[in-house]
Amino acid sequence: MIFSKSTKKRLKIFSLIAIVASVIFFFIYNNLQKNVVYFYAPQEIKNLTNIPSNKIRIGGLVKEGSIKKNNNTYVFIITDYKNEIFVEYNGLLPNLFIEGKSTVAEGVLKDKKYFIASTILAKHDENYMPPEVANSLKKDKLNK
Amino acid sequence: MFGIFKPRTFFNLANTSIFWLKIVLVFALIVGLILALVLSPIDYLQKDTVRIMYVHVPSSWISLFIFLIIGTSSFISLIFKLRVFSVYAKSLAPIGLVFSLISVVTGSLWGYPTWGTFWSWDGRLTSMFVLVLTYILYVSLWSFIKNYNSAEKITNIVGIVGLINIPIIKFSVEWWNTLHQPASITLTAAPTIHSSMLAPLLIMFFSFCILSLIIFLIRYKYEIINFRVNKK
Repeated sequence: MIFSKSTKKRLKIFSLIAIVASVIFFFIYNNLQKNVVYFYAPQEIKNLTNIPSNKIRIGGLVKEGSIKKNNNTYVFIITDYKNEIFVEYNGLLPNLFIEGKSTVAEGVLKDKKYFIASTILAKHDENYMPPEVANSLKKDKLNK
Repeated sequence: MFGIFKPRTFFNLANTSIFWLKIVLVFALIVGLILALVLSPIDYLQKDTVRIMYVHVPSSWISLFIFLIIGTSSFISLIFKLRVFSVYAKSLAPIGLVFSLISVVTGSLWGYPTWGTFWSWDGRLTSMFVLVLTYILYVSLWSFIKNYNSAEKITNIVGIVGLINIPIIKFSVEWWNTLHQPASITLTAAPTIHSSMLAPLLIMFFSFCILSLIIFLIRYKYEIINFRVNKK
């Protein structure tokens, strides 16, 4: 090798530190996977053993045709096509809160099927297209 | 082959190329801005709000990319004692800091009309916040530590350690449930952005790259001159 003796020594020390650091990183990452949950999917709510009393977030698709408005209170269904959760919300909805698109609701679980939300956020997907393209895609879907 | 890394060669290269880079920048920026703000179509859901993307996404990419270079340069400087690489990292850092701030600010301005909130501590936003803090730490260490050699060593370490955050930012949207949407442009799959919106995005990214390169070369020249003056 062309490296000098001191460079080799520094490389050795660095690789040792890098190995130790990656082990630590691996453990932190694994822990984060379990503990840091930004929102629960409907399937994860179903698998919960006890109902958390603190504020949590749930996320999923807004079921088409499920939004019902009574005075200022909205009730709709968050779904992952397998499990459904009713969400009750009193307040203003963001512009991109649309049936068939994703949403994240912040609030408290009453039981595994009913969620009382204090905040509703719209989660948009990674697809960007002009309206004409979106319309023609919709038509294609209907024709199938 | 490595002659380009000699300070004198690089200095002369910087001197001759800055003029041409400026011309390229002006053209790319004019074309990019006209495409992004006027000619590109509105999004089918977000309407005109989508135009924030043309600043937000390139800024985010560049802030990540610059930190990748800072980390790699720090490694080369610390281990192989090619100390000119510390000068590269030092010259790049403020550019990355500004672009990461632009990314966070435009991101929260975009978040309010689309998500319904300016900020939320999900995986992507939190890890991006950590990147901004790392940049601030890196830049301030260079200015607070008066002894050049110790400043160099400590910032090298910060650069290498900060590198861990880059894959976390990149993959946060895949590893965890996040409010932030997953990447639209990946190396493995076709982009999920319509071509009429992808073109202005890439041109804006190109012009931001050229802008960063120009500022980097100016800052590099300043650092080298500063170094010579202080030595005498």
